[in-house]
Amino acid sequence: MTDVQFQPASDQSLLVYFGQRITLDAHRHVMQLLRLIESQPIAGVRNLHPAYCSLLIKFEPLQLGHDDLEAILLRYLGRLEEVRLPEPRKIEIPVCYGGEHGPDLAEVASLHAMTSAQVVELHASATYEVYFLGFVPGFAYLGELPAALVTPRLATPRRSVPPGSVGIAGSQTGVYPSPTPGGWRLLGRTPLQMFHPKRKVMDQDVLSGDAMSLLAIGDHVSFIPISTERFAALEKA
Amino acid sequence: MRQIHVLAPGLLTTVQDLGREGFGPMGVSPSGAADPISLRLGNRLVGNDDATAALEMTWVGGAFLFPQGAVVALTGSDFAATLDGVPVELWTSLKISPNQTLRLGQTRSGARCYLCVQGGIAVQSFLGSASTHILSALGGIEGRKLRKGDVLDIGDAPEMFQKRKLAEHAKERLAPRKVLRVTPGPQSGWFPQSSLHLFYRSRYRVTEEANRMGLRLEGELIPANFHEEMITEGVSLGAIQVPDGGPPIILFVEQQTTGGYPKIANVISVDLPSIGQLLPRDEIQFELVGWESARHMLRQQEALLGSKELILE
Repeated sequence: MTDVQFQPASDQSLLVYFGQRITLDAHRHVMQLLRLIESQPIAGVRNLHPAYCSLLIKFEPLQLGHDDLEAILLRYLGRLEEVRLPEPRKIEIPVCYGGEHGPDLAEVASLHAMTSAQVVELHASATYEVYFLGFVPGFAYLGELPAALVTPRLATPRRSVPPGSVGIAGSQTGVYPSPTPGGWRLLGRTPLQMFHPKRKVMDQDVLSGDAMSLLAIGDHVSFIPISTERFAALEKA
Repeated sequence: MRQIHVLAPGLLTTVQDLGREGFGPMGVSPSGAADPISLRLGNRLVGNDDATAALEMTWVGGAFLFPQGAVVALTGSDFAATLDGVPVELWTSLKISPNQTLRLGQTRSGARCYLCVQGGIAVQSFLGSASTHILSALGGIEGRKLRKGDVLDIGDAPEMFQKRKLAEHAKERLAPRKVLRVTPGPQSGWFPQSSLHLFYRSRYRVTEEANRMGLRLEGELIPANFHEEMITEGVSLGAIQVPDGGPPIILFVEQQTTGGYPKIANVISVDLPSIGQLLPRDEIQFELVGWESARHMLRQQEALLGSKELILE
């Protein structure tokens, strides 16, 4: 592990950076460290926030200091390559593109001098990696978007985005699980519930499948275009 | 089972305990009491464990009927509480007789008041906590704020009333602060010296957009000349993020778990409860402290909370 950096974020948290670029290698290291800490918990560690190339570790400051935690982490990092990650799950997400469900589709198409159908075809042609879940419960950061679809986020975020909305921003795509403010450009909407608070997951290993969140870190995701009729039928079911 | 009938809910009243840690990988932030010191002290006054669920009221309190009576304590800010019309004190245990009504009004000090009840507010635990997460509609009572007509169950507890009161010296030492002490944020090195000076010299005013997710401030803008591109990363409680050219935002208990704005500083652990008492239009300042003094102050605070002289019987 050559390019690991520690950075205190607060008096009760430490950031571990695996470089400063979004790469699949950095992503794999984040997942390996997350898995290692989850399977062999560190006394005093209270929470973990994985992201593209970093892991934020929140700890009990009366029990641990940054130096103590860094010393423990160095031992964990030395064993990182031993950590076997599970085969990625393949998850298909039905999406009704355009119209009321994808209010930004036409604009995205015109920004790239494409037809809406071409944008849909491109977006649905790729397989995306779940880099991490963050922002709000169940929100998966998916990448990479096909280069031809890379689009800046909206200048003014929407006050509230309908749940299930599928958006793009930069080279990322994602599905809003709950009505939240959001600045991603909305191409469509899925009838699936991305986050089910009623499902019990008390003893859940969040790297495995059966969590409250439809998606988990490391999953492989593809989008399947569906009609508005199919959307309505699935939404009812 | 004892109950509480909600005659009036107040502006934003939710069930809160000390929050749910450990679900960051699902994007779930801990939530929990905005002023956890007041929650813990209130629980101690009625003989509960520190982490017992209570009602957190915001700006304007509610009215609550106790058909079977209860032992309660009010802590945090002064919401002009009365019991059947007679003013009651904060920071003391209080016996409520059957069919009495506790009524709270508008705040006379800070943003939040806690109603702690012996036995706690009994709700179904979600991911190990009773705390309501308003933004995500999780936890508490159906993930929402209280409504008129709600009936809350009080948890079982051996009935005993003991007059307890928080010591004056503890109240003074734990009083909410307007000068928040901070440690450097993970991107503080991205800001030029002149911007850091400006940030620490300026007074900021809390805007109307101040809630459990975060507090938007108004005041001096912090110029930034970043060479690096910010990659979304995990964000800590009390992080002060500076959006492009915008005024700072303090991330709070229902925070987003990851974010893409640079963080200039982070409020230290001992001062996090003070954020929970800030009102719109309050003026605040930030004071930089070292990592070791942040830890030292936390140890001192916990020593005070553990001392025998904290609560007088």
